[in-house]
Amino acid sequence: MTRDAINDLILEIIEDIDEDADFDSLEADKPLRDQLDLDSMDFLDIVMELRKRHKLQIPEEDYPELATLDSCVNYLEPLLADA
Amino acid sequence: MNIHNTRIVITGVGLAAPNADNLAEFRAKLLAGTSEITEIDLRYFGKAPAGICTFPETKYRKKKENKRGTRAGCLGVYCANEALADANLSIDHYDRDRISVYVGLTEHGTVETENEVYNISQYDYNVDYWTHHHNPRTVLNNPAGEITMNLGITGPHYAIGAACAAGNASLIQGVQMLRLGEVDMALAGGISESTGSFGIFASFQAQGALGSHDDPRKACRPFDLSRDGIVVSEGACLYVLERLEDALERGAEIYAEIVGYAMNSDARDFVLPYDKRQAECMELALERAGLQAGDIDILNTHATGTKQGDIEECKAIRKVFGSSTTTHINNTKSIIGHAMGAAGVLELAGNLPAFTDKLVHPTINVTDFDPECELPNMVLNDPVQLDSVDTILNNSFGMVGINSVVIVKKMS
Repeated sequence: MTRDAINDLILEIIEDIDEDADFDSLEADKPLRDQLDLDSMDFLDIVMELRKRHKLQIPEEDYPELATLDSCVNYLEPLLADA
Repeated sequence: MNIHNTRIVITGVGLAAPNADNLAEFRAKLLAGTSEITEIDLRYFGKAPAGICTFPETKYRKKKENKRGTRAGCLGVYCANEALADANLSIDHYDRDRISVYVGLTEHGTVETENEVYNISQYDYNVDYWTHHHNPRTVLNNPAGEITMNLGITGPHYAIGAACAAGNASLIQGVQMLRLGEVDMALAGGISESTGSFGIFASFQAQGALGSHDDPRKACRPFDLSRDGIVVSEGACLYVLERLEDALERGAEIYAEIVGYAMNSDARDFVLPYDKRQAECMELALERAGLQAGDIDILNTHATGTKQGDIEECKAIRKVFGSSTTTHINNTKSIIGHAMGAAGVLELAGNLPAFTDKLVHPTINVTDFDPECELPNMVLNDPVQLDSVDTILNNSFGMVGINSVVIVKKMS
């Protein structure tokens, strides 16, 4: 999966959680939680969706890797290389 | 404050019924006998008549919150906000830690659990796919808690489980806590999301107690010889309860005063009702209200449309009201189905406007009246106009032998 595709995947999952989410002014290197209406339960939703869609088992110690859109892409790129 | 003499009044009503999302519309449809029971298709179970509520789900909170929470929470948040608006009461009028939420539930968590088991069935029953939302959605205080989060209420919130007597039980809890001085305002009532559970339909069917008819609007037929069971409905109704002096001080409009109540147990059977205890419950409520049977103008029955349940309640009413020529008897479930934990409060709410319009809404779907249900002044198929309506008694009974009676009186 390309970096752009992973980027779109994350945004798509967030949109599933909150269809009112506004991505227009989203800065990819800033924490998602500071910019969108997301809390810890929403992040668990992201983890679950990645598990359901791509059979990814993300260990709890890696959850901080999902803090920003950029860090999500960086973290997921090798895991989704064959996706 | 004299606890027993403290008078508690209803000053606001918020509701979602299978045919209305506010009291005025609800009343109009009850008077017209307009049922909007429909047919739904349930996972595993198939088609069944059911009452589904249509209301503006995102009027008071975002779709995201509705998605995270439960259907019961969604219904509750809507009704709580509507009740406050109806009471013309700002949430800041009372200290937020002196406001409570009491929600009567027949059951809760069944829908969410069934959905989650179905979800993991798609993943070979691997529990890694079980949602982290399961516990906060299924704790029994979920619907009441969702209301407190939405409104910023910091007083107590909890659920009262009393099968289909739960709505009345919560109303009674509200009265008691206001009288004790534990809180200054209570949002009290009941909520049901049971239509989302195939298991509830399947269980009633296994009991031979699920109502049916080619026309779903005629599936619930209390007191009719052809009745064959319950129509499961979702619904919710929450009241704003205040002490009379507080309500008068802020110039509130008062729907009614709760003047009597009672609850008791059959201590006898898991599902079969018992007329003796039902009669005792009505007698106790009348005694506490300082009223005689003949003082009750409208008796709103619990009757669900099961063979034995309706007969048993009529026997109980005959014992207590046999000599009353002034009490008129009706049934709301014939129009809206059985909203379970919300049933008692929703049905009482639908009758409150009788204090103003003096009409008794009818029991519908009665074409072949069951003589075993014979009682004087049953209001069937068409509304009845009375000269005055000053008192209403609501019966609500539930499985495992739980009975509740609430009596309300018009404010003079």
